[in-house]
Amino acid sequence: MTITTGKKGEKIDRLAELAAVRDDERGVSLWQEAFRRLRRNPAAIVGAAVLAVFILVAIIGPFFVPYGPTDSIGIREGVVKSGQGLIPGPSGDHWLGYDHQGRDVFSRMIVGARQTLLVGVVSTLIGLAVGALIGGVAGAAAGLGGRWGRWIDTVLMRFVDMLLAMPSLLLAVSIAALLGASLTTVMIAVGVVSVPVFARLLRGSMIAQANSDYVLAATSLGVRRSRIALTHVVPNSLAPVIVQATLTLATAIIEAAALSFLGLGNPDSAVPEWGVMLADAQPYLGIRPALAIYPAVAIIITALGFTLLGEAMREALDPKLRK
Amino acid sequence: MALLEVDDLSVTFARRGQRTVHAVDGVSFSVDAGEVVGLVGESGCGKSVTSLAIMGLLPKQPGLRVGGKAVFDGTDLLQLDDRSRRDIRGRDIAMIFQDPLSSLNPVIPIGLQVTEVLTRHRGMKGEAAAKEAAELLDRVGIPDPRRRLKEYPHQLSGGMRQRALIAMAVACRPRLLIADEPTTALDVTIQAQILELLKELVRDSGTALVMITHDLGVVAGMCDTINVLYAGRVVETARRRPLFAAPRHPYTVGLLGSIPRLDSGRGERLTPIPGSVRDLLPWPDGCAFAPRCTRRVDDCVGAPPELVLAHDDRSYRCVNPAPVPGREPDSAFAPQTGAVAAGASDAAAPAEAASREEESA
Amino acid sequence: MFRFIVRRLLQLIPTLFGLSILLFIWLRRLPGGPETAILGERGTPEMRAAIRRNLGLDEPILVQYGRFMRRMLQLDLGTSISTKREVTTEFLQRFPGTVELTVMAMVIAIGVGIPLGYLAARRRGRFLDHASVAGSLIGICIPVFFLAYVLKAIFAESLGWFPSSGRQDPTIEATRVTNFFVLDGLLTREWDAAADAIWHLVLPGIALASIPLAIIVRITRASVLEVLGEDFVRTAEAKGLTESTVRRRHVLRNAMLPVATSIGLLTGGLLSGAVLTETVFAFSGIGAFVADSISQRDYPVLMGFIMIIAVMYVLVNLLVDVSYSIIDPRVRVR
Repeated sequence: MTITTGKKGEKIDRLAELAAVRDDERGVSLWQEAFRRLRRNPAAIVGAAVLAVFILVAIIGPFFVPYGPTDSIGIREGVVKSGQGLIPGPSGDHWLGYDHQGRDVFSRMIVGARQTLLVGVVSTLIGLAVGALIGGVAGAAAGLGGRWGRWIDTVLMRFVDMLLAMPSLLLAVSIAALLGASLTTVMIAVGVVSVPVFARLLRGSMIAQANSDYVLAATSLGVRRSRIALTHVVPNSLAPVIVQATLTLATAIIEAAALSFLGLGNPDSAVPEWGVMLADAQPYLGIRPALAIYPAVAIIITALGFTLLGEAMREALDPKLRK
Repeated sequence: MALLEVDDLSVTFARRGQRTVHAVDGVSFSVDAGEVVGLVGESGCGKSVTSLAIMGLLPKQPGLRVGGKAVFDGTDLLQLDDRSRRDIRGRDIAMIFQDPLSSLNPVIPIGLQVTEVLTRHRGMKGEAAAKEAAELLDRVGIPDPRRRLKEYPHQLSGGMRQRALIAMAVACRPRLLIADEPTTALDVTIQAQILELLKELVRDSGTALVMITHDLGVVAGMCDTINVLYAGRVVETARRRPLFAAPRHPYTVGLLGSIPRLDSGRGERLTPIPGSVRDLLPWPDGCAFAPRCTRRVDDCVGAPPELVLAHDDRSYRCVNPAPVPGREPDSAFAPQTGAVAAGASDAAAPAEAASREEESA
Repeated sequence: MFRFIVRRLLQLIPTLFGLSILLFIWLRRLPGGPETAILGERGTPEMRAAIRRNLGLDEPILVQYGRFMRRMLQLDLGTSISTKREVTTEFLQRFPGTVELTVMAMVIAIGVGIPLGYLAARRRGRFLDHASVAGSLIGICIPVFFLAYVLKAIFAESLGWFPSSGRQDPTIEATRVTNFFVLDGLLTREWDAAADAIWHLVLPGIALASIPLAIIVRITRASVLEVLGEDFVRTAEAKGLTESTVRRRHVLRNAMLPVATSIGLLTGGLLSGAVLTETVFAFSGIGAFVADSISQRDYPVLMGFIMIIAVMYVLVNLLVDVSYSIIDPRVRVR
């Protein structure tokens, strides 16, 4: 730090000013600072880039696909005879070749991106909504205290513990048994699996906030409860929920693929979804393993994108790691 | 010949894309055998980092640089390799930390935490180690030591935990004990007991003690020599009585003026130091305290003030020191505000320090 | 310690009770109702009616629930639709294979995960750290069944290093004692049979271990990093203890607490993974059986699977709680 003003007295005052300015900079909001640190993290950049491409493809890609994703063009033209092990690979017209039903794999991958995103988003939203409701009620009940408050909290959390004990697959199987195999089943099943995570997260965060010194301080200053909830509790709980949602999107896509593999997904593969495509490719692994590799790699990369971004956000928002 | 001679010790943390932090910026002080020396200053003045640097306990991280010398009994601690350092730590130099709960391992019994030092440095094992450990606990005033050996840290009270930590530190009769804010986390009544215990141990065994504290009350009751630190440098060194009687550095004056006193008039106000430790000037540009100083003059800025050696073993780093009471203040260096001299010219040591700010060093 | 275990067991009762209610509701809501679930599809309309009467489906719901509970407690899970045998028998026969597989996976996950996580934390910011963090991210993101296929294609079918399916080479004449093939081999001193059974466990074990391994690496790393910054580690260093003592006694022991908890939570996922892995490797355990049952809509089997998972989960978590209380004295007192 070099200052070139003439008199030394002024120089000191200038320095004090500088010090004061630095103080103000420290006052930037949690979100701004988190965002700044996020931008410096290469993992976050990579994750965000992958997701940007994925979401872009999912939204506008289907309008530009060369062939209909359900059009069995290869069978019509007689080039695909999967019964005889004839499934041609990539060519100039069909960049990723045909699938076992003679459909253009490239087109199916593009359209599948939208379906995959849909499954991930919808099931995460289901988990988030139900989990936030249960966790919010439990947290509020625990916060209110009293015998009833504690009782409601205990019952809800026991229920959540039970869900947590259930392996995801089992829940999916049980739900599929009731609803039949379909994409909806998969989305509900995957969503229900993430309910306990969100419920615990929100409840824990609410209770921690309610017991925090600044809420006590705000209460003692006579700030209204609703205002405290709006200005302190909600924003502070929001960050971990957003992080968790991002991470859940990754697991949701993977879980959905596993359920499709077990035949709990859409029974007819007319609607291309990466998990379904991966499952459909199983019988043809010996002939054309690429049919499995395309959707698998797409799933892995997308899941990695969500995970990288989620982890980076968690790091950026963690006050313990801030230095 | 001093037992520990710290000379121009500096610790800097360099981080990519950030300003280099000079946590300790040329600290020099010495400790004689059996002497109690205080390192006093606000949070962030570098006193804890100084002690950790001497012990070689600074967390290893890229960008950390330790310069200068810390000569203990003829060997420069900073030049030692890891193994020799481990041999000295706990045997010749021991340390007590601020928060006794977090400084004890929660999952192993107190007994093992004491005996492991005995095993490491004195080769004691089994029953012999257990017997010695019980004696140590007894010596630091823990009742029923045999039973306590089997207990875990969470089963002990705060004061007992600190006593246990002290027992571990004195287990090998070290020649130097460094206590980093040993009483800050404790209740006032317990504080006094722990200080009394430390005093006793030091007196009985001839161990030298470095007390690191922000609390002038602690220093007043214990230390022979006091070093006042500001922004990583020693700004004033003096024996206890002269320091409290006539502080010369305006920062020391300010520290003393910040303590409420029973013998002051009811209407009298405290004279706090304006600003915070963050409002500092980097030492090469002048006196770091200048932005907060009430005795600031033009010469404070430009170059760091030289160390002024005065009579009575004292020294200070200031171009415009507070006047010694009874002498006319130098008219050329008139203070810019009159508030400081009033509080400072008063002589006696503070009754009981009550300014216990939370220190998180 | 005994009282602690008893108390934890008592605390599990409400959870199991809740689970039984859910199971009961689920059974009643199934297409075809409980009579199908118990009888399977083989029943004629007359038999169904008889069963309905026998089951007392016209009786009050609470009575029905009581009957249901009694059957559950007697481990009467009905008959499998596809194999026409008692579900309990089917499970008992296949259980050892799945236990061997999950144990293998946990051995891999713990044996590799904890040291790797520890080393990554100690070498923070260096190559090994970055590699293990990246590896664990990928491990979480690869669908288990796809990894299983890849492993099988490369190491079994192309390279031929490992068998591609089954639990043991059928040409080996192994004596069956417990149906735990590895254990049988050891008990009967048929070393080659045991070795072959272990050999068959390697690839499915690795596939199944991928997710737990990734999670254990991450948790161990984070936990060690946190403990390394604790004051008591500094105290231990200040005592001049040797590096290995500090590491073993002070760092690792404390760092294991969150890892132990996570291992308990991983069991549920492990059984899900077993369904996928066993299917790919044609490994005759509960998982493969359940995967078949899913496609066959074999509800009695699925219900039995839910029961087994619940019990396993309860037992494993009890084990985790007990070991946790051994590591951490603070839990014992509370």
